[in-house]
Amino acid sequence: MTLFRCWLLRSTGMAAHLKKRVYEEFSKVVQQLPHEEVPAKKLRLTKPSKSAALHIDLCKATNATDALQYLLNFARKPVEAESVEGVVRILLEHYYKEVDNSVRLKIASLLGLLSKTAGFSPDCIVDDVISTLNNDKSKQVLAQLLDTLLVIGTQLPENIAVTQRLIDVACKHLNSTFFGVRNKCLQLLGCLGTVDKPLTKESETGPSASATPPRDVPSLISDYFSDQDPRVRTAAIKAMLQLHERGMKLQQTVYNQACKLLSDDYEQVRSAAVQMVWVLSQLYPESIVPIPSSNEEIRLVDDSFGKICHMVSDGSWVVRVQAAKLLGSMQQVSPHFLEQTLDKKLMSDLRRKRTAHERAKELYTSGEFSSGRRWADDAPKEKVDTSGVNLIDSGACGAFVHGLEDEMYEVRIAAVEALCSLAQASPSFAEKCLDFLVDMFNDEIEEVRLQSIHALRQISTNITLREDQLDTVLAVLEDSSRDIREALHELLCYANVSTKECIQLALLELLKNLTKYPTDRNSVWKCLKFLGARHPTLVLPIVPELLSTHPYFDTPEPDMDDPAYIAVLVLVFNAAKSCPTMPALFSDHTFRHYAYLRDSLSHLVPQLRLPGRKQVAGTSSETSGVGAGSLESAQHFLQESLARVSTLQNLDSPGAQELLHFTIRDLQRLGELQTDLAGSADFCATYLHCQLLLMKALQEKLWNMAVPLCLKQNAMASTAAQQILEETYKLEFLYSGLESRQVATIHNVRLQAKALQLILIARTKRGVEPLLALCEKFLQEVEAFQRLFITELPHFQDSFVEKLLELMPRLVACKPLDLVKILQTTLRQSRFIHLKLPEQIHRALATIIEPTGESDNPLRFTSGLVVALDIDATLEHVQEPQTVVKVQVLYPDGQSHIIHPKPGDFRTPGPGRVRLITQVYLSHSAWTEPCQIEVRLLLAYSSSSSKLAAPKPAWNESMEGLPTSENLIEGTINLSKPVKVFIMPKPARR
Amino acid sequence: MPDIKVTPLGAGQDVGRSCILVSIGGKNIMLDCGMHMGYNDDRRFPDFSYITQNGRLTDYLDCVIISHFHLDHCGALPYMSEMVGYDGPIYMTHPTKAICPILLEDFRKITVDKKGETNFFTSQMIKDCMKKVVPLNLHQTVQVDDELEIKAYYAGHVLGAAMVQIKVGSESVVYTGDYNMTPDRHLGAAWIDKCRPDILITESTYATTIRDSKRCRERDFLKKVHESIERGGKVLIPVFALGRAQELCILLETFWERMNLKAPIYFSTGLTEKANHYYKLFITWTNQKIRKTFVQRNMFEFKHIKAFDRSYADNPGPMVVFATPGMLHAGQSLQIFKKWAGNEKNMVIMPGYCVQGTVGHKILNGQKKLEMEGRATLEVKLQVEYMSFSAHADAKGIMQLIRMAEPHNILLVHGEAKKMAFLKDKIEQEFNISCYMPANGETTTVTTNPSVPVDISLNLLKREMALGGPLPDPKRPRTMHGTLIMKDNSLRLVSPEQALKELGLSEHQLRFTCRVHLQDPHSDTDTLSRIYSHLKSVLKGYAVQHLPDSTVMVESIVLKVSSSAEEPDLKVVLLSWCFQDEELGSFLSTLLKKGLPSAL
Repeated sequence: MTLFRCWLLRSTGMAAHLKKRVYEEFSKVVQQLPHEEVPAKKLRLTKPSKSAALHIDLCKATNATDALQYLLNFARKPVEAESVEGVVRILLEHYYKEVDNSVRLKIASLLGLLSKTAGFSPDCIVDDVISTLNNDKSKQVLAQLLDTLLVIGTQLPENIAVTQRLIDVACKHLNSTFFGVRNKCLQLLGCLGTVDKPLTKESETGPSASATPPRDVPSLISDYFSDQDPRVRTAAIKAMLQLHERGMKLQQTVYNQACKLLSDDYEQVRSAAVQMVWVLSQLYPESIVPIPSSNEEIRLVDDSFGKICHMVSDGSWVVRVQAAKLLGSMQQVSPHFLEQTLDKKLMSDLRRKRTAHERAKELYTSGEFSSGRRWADDAPKEKVDTSGVNLIDSGACGAFVHGLEDEMYEVRIAAVEALCSLAQASPSFAEKCLDFLVDMFNDEIEEVRLQSIHALRQISTNITLREDQLDTVLAVLEDSSRDIREALHELLCYANVSTKECIQLALLELLKNLTKYPTDRNSVWKCLKFLGARHPTLVLPIVPELLSTHPYFDTPEPDMDDPAYIAVLVLVFNAAKSCPTMPALFSDHTFRHYAYLRDSLSHLVPQLRLPGRKQVAGTSSETSGVGAGSLESAQHFLQESLARVSTLQNLDSPGAQELLHFTIRDLQRLGELQTDLAGSADFCATYLHCQLLLMKALQEKLWNMAVPLCLKQNAMASTAAQQILEETYKLEFLYSGLESRQVATIHNVRLQAKALQLILIARTKRGVEPLLALCEKFLQEVEAFQRLFITELPHFQDSFVEKLLELMPRLVACKPLDLVKILQTTLRQSRFIHLKLPEQIHRALATIIEPTGESDNPLRFTSGLVVALDIDATLEHVQEPQTVVKVQVLYPDGQSHIIHPKPGDFRTPGPGRVRLITQVYLSHSAWTEPCQIEVRLLLAYSSSSSKLAAPKPAWNESMEGLPTSENLIEGTINLSKPVKVFIMPKPARR
Repeated sequence: MPDIKVTPLGAGQDVGRSCILVSIGGKNIMLDCGMHMGYNDDRRFPDFSYITQNGRLTDYLDCVIISHFHLDHCGALPYMSEMVGYDGPIYMTHPTKAICPILLEDFRKITVDKKGETNFFTSQMIKDCMKKVVPLNLHQTVQVDDELEIKAYYAGHVLGAAMVQIKVGSESVVYTGDYNMTPDRHLGAAWIDKCRPDILITESTYATTIRDSKRCRERDFLKKVHESIERGGKVLIPVFALGRAQELCILLETFWERMNLKAPIYFSTGLTEKANHYYKLFITWTNQKIRKTFVQRNMFEFKHIKAFDRSYADNPGPMVVFATPGMLHAGQSLQIFKKWAGNEKNMVIMPGYCVQGTVGHKILNGQKKLEMEGRATLEVKLQVEYMSFSAHADAKGIMQLIRMAEPHNILLVHGEAKKMAFLKDKIEQEFNISCYMPANGETTTVTTNPSVPVDISLNLLKREMALGGPLPDPKRPRTMHGTLIMKDNSLRLVSPEQALKELGLSEHQLRFTCRVHLQDPHSDTDTLSRIYSHLKSVLKGYAVQHLPDSTVMVESIVLKVSSSAEEPDLKVVLLSWCFQDEELGSFLSTLLKKGLPSAL
């Protein structure tokens, strides 16, 4: 009878009603419930569902441990969205029966987990969870149930009714005696509460409220700022911050409470409070707060700045890190307070003392630089008024001084970063913090040193280095760490210096650096290039000295291969660029060297206008005369050449080949001349080259001849097809900044090439079998094209692809040989697609700096063992270099190894540039004499046709759903010129 | 009221001879037992006769705690324990325990073997003394006896330096020893939790100084050394064997490593080698960098620093030599100085303070000609540099520590009186707590207000919970009703019923009765109902009942009305209440005395 009734209900779609009734009458129906539910479950068994299995498992469980074990196992597997509800019901049923707290707790947590399932709307279980919440006694389970509600609430942010109910539940349980419950309630309030709406009557019917006025969520939360349990206090602050994050505006009244919490006994409370104070300072920077124990008032942002500065000397390093980090983002603070952070108000024996920084500055200004220090040089000066000295509570006083000499390097790094970001906003502060940053160059941890050098580089546009400061900066050039030295070179590129002595000093130290670490050559030259270009007027007076010229006597001509001499010349020539009087000081050989360097190191030596030097001026006047306009005109030229090509309607047009030839040549030359346009020009040239190849391959006479007669042409056409394919991969993966339209164009060409291959195979091979598979594959690719570039299709009128897609129904049906015929005609008739250039195209580029390939001394090692080869290369415009860049080593016997560098080997010295410094291990069996191996960088690509359409799946997502496996193409493109390395594996001695 | 007494036997308004007696909760503790460098007579050691004139100290002291291994904190230890006589426990940290005997032995050798003093402690005494030592770990609470417990905190100053918290019941004292709030190259900064001691006894060496950033000093030092080496000069750094020497070694070692320098660095004296060995062992006591990297390489295993041999001083080429003693007054450092003084390329760097009369002090003051023994004069051509590397907290650091510990009182020791006075003013002004600076032998008494723990019965607590609000508020005191039983040295708070039961007493009811005369023209019963309605309107929250036996009950208070026949208008209201309802009863009586409102 019950079975029948239940089945009836279910079949008439009244299951929901049943459920509702059951839970309404829950207290009465407890005994009946199992009877009613059992048949319902039987029905469910008709489809294989997880819930059934779970139920059986749970019924089998005899004790709590077993049940827990089943639940744990169950939680490991995902549940499909459609069966979630059933599972939830089963779980709830067991929940009511269960007496063991831990099992109930696990069920509650599972409910939360399940309601996160995508495609399942958890609003139907809200009622159940709330009702269980009201009945459960165990505090731990209560906390877990609230957590479940939190999950549900975050899943249903739009459902206002549910949100309101949850808030009411949270308010009701806020006065629980268990900290966990209060914690979760606060979390709920923080995640779901709203500021504007006061809490409704519902909460007033609770036990505590009888006549209290309706209160809003923030004030309710702020009551718990003074809770007895530190965890609840933390949760309260975090809930408040959560409200803020959700866009609710916090009231300024919280500020005082938050400030009080800064002196809490527990670090997690202080840490949260610091954040809170910071948030408020960002919200109300300009409002005025009184200073306690005086009747003065200051801006809130200044007050909070002082307070957070105070936290930089907190007892817990976690709080210190946080405080130091937050300081960096308080840009609105008054300069007066900002500058205090660097001033510790030194005194010695009650006399004011000047800091070493001040003393250094004074020494410098008095002209007595770096004299020996006398004993008691730092003797204190005037007597300090004892009543005026404030040892603590002077707010921001010395915060950064403390932060920078903290014990934990995490705090020091945070302080350096904060200094840097504050200094970027305020030039006067930048000037002041310079000394402190320079001091950090001497830190014991390399990371901190590096960070402070970077920081100084970032603010160096704001400051000018004094000679004594430069001196300390330059001392770091001798550091044995390459990263540090290069960071410093980078810094010097941007640094402004004040006097010609500074230039001399810098040059001297850089040359010293060059002799000590010859591998720094390029970096040092580049550094001098910028130094010269930045300070032409300072270089001018020291030119004769630098070039060691003499007014009367001829001096010997320096060695042109000396890196140090080249370094000096780079400095001088770059300065001379904006200083026309300088070349007059050059001697004859300098001009000769100029011509040589201009040619060999053109990226370091600029174009100079030299009087009376026709042979140099000949080329220079053209380009340098045009100046800024040259880029525009080049752009114009590029557009024009493309337009000219686009007039070609068909591949067969007479003279088309010549036109393409010339255009390609022009574009290539343009790329060489105009580095800004190199990417675009190369891209176009390569594309046109593909077209040209295609054109040649499709020439009339080839196809009219009988197959056996034109083997040679066939071979030519097939190599052309192969080449086009390669070029298209280059086009797609080597250039960054491509839009979907260009990619579609490239794919079009690729399809053409593939069609060509297919035709050639059909002509040469006998038999239909292999052809069938190939045709199928080709058609799949065409379909993939349509799928991917459906939005781009309007641009492809009369193109090969478009025609193919039109014929698609016919193609699918027809035989391979017919297909080939159709392809052949379409290929011949299809229109030439005009390439539209995107805004910016950059070609990925890699240059191997080291090994240079010039060494004649072979690397000797015992065969069978390995030798490490240092590789140093720069990469430009390579996206995600960590994953795509590989090193290839090619041995003379044709054996080749591909090495994946570690992600840590890639450094980013600047935007868009990546530096790869790595070691590759070589090994080989013994050779009789030394031989050269080739080392080059490769760009690995893996093209699935869906690359553009679907974003790359995250590492943990499974690949099964993606239909890409069949047309996944992987390969590599040469990224750099190969470098030859001489090696010699010796036979092992026995 | 209970109080804590603190008496400095040394280090009171003075630097050196640290020795402080603390009496807390009936326990006597000696903090540090140091000697004074400036004296060679009896004043060298603390005056232990203050504790007892004759006999051993064991009966008078519960324990001795040594904060770190510097001689002005532990130099008198063998004298006290072996010659005066003390057999109780001596607490010190592991590194202190390891290094302390080396220094004591060295000190003994100099005094006895070199200066020829007699009546001094012997090597055996040092050994015997060290046998009484109980080692401490950081943050480990050690129970000295049932009531007294001590706990060590990190102090920075030198390897193994500790601050100690001494606790008896809820009274506590923190003694800082010497400490440093800024970390250096080998040690971290001092740290203490918010333990809120009754007294914080802190050193105040730099009470009037706020120091510059240590980075400037380091950078200057390295630059000086580097420049001199590059010129091909020799650098002499006179140091004392332990403490700063290790810091400077690490500083130079890392610099050499970083800058790829090749010039040799030498370290003289055998004492240091032994001490360096301990530095290697106690890695957990060093700073973050050394602790984190010691797995790859122990920073104290110096790569560039080698042992010095006398003959090396004449080697050509640049070199750096660390030599003892630190003030250039004798020994190896002076010998090397004599050899190198003539060359202006060379340099001597004094990393610390020099006492007047030493060669160090003279050259620092710019003296160019030194008179040596045997009428020879020495011309000083080499460069003289001064670098201050000190490991004491400055005024800001002291304030920072006070802020961390939040003590109720502060006591300054180990500093000069004048400077202390300044700091005392500042502390009182800024923290608003009292601060003391006793001289040697002067006793400071601080009354404490210790909380007395009382066991409360769970039933009583639950009953109170049920009555009051949902949550106890820690910030607000709450009154509750109960009986305090003091029995067998324990305090218990139980409900009155339970107390009666336990003590076998019967309950006595205490009832107050009073008569109130009322002028009321109505009959007795009417008056009673009038009273009833009046009370009903006044006492809203109370149970007011009109019982059939012509009485009115307000909670447990009984009201009856009667009148005599002769004066029917003068009603006598009889009120009776028990002691528990005293408040309500007296309220009612005063209320009724005012009469009934006529409106009823």
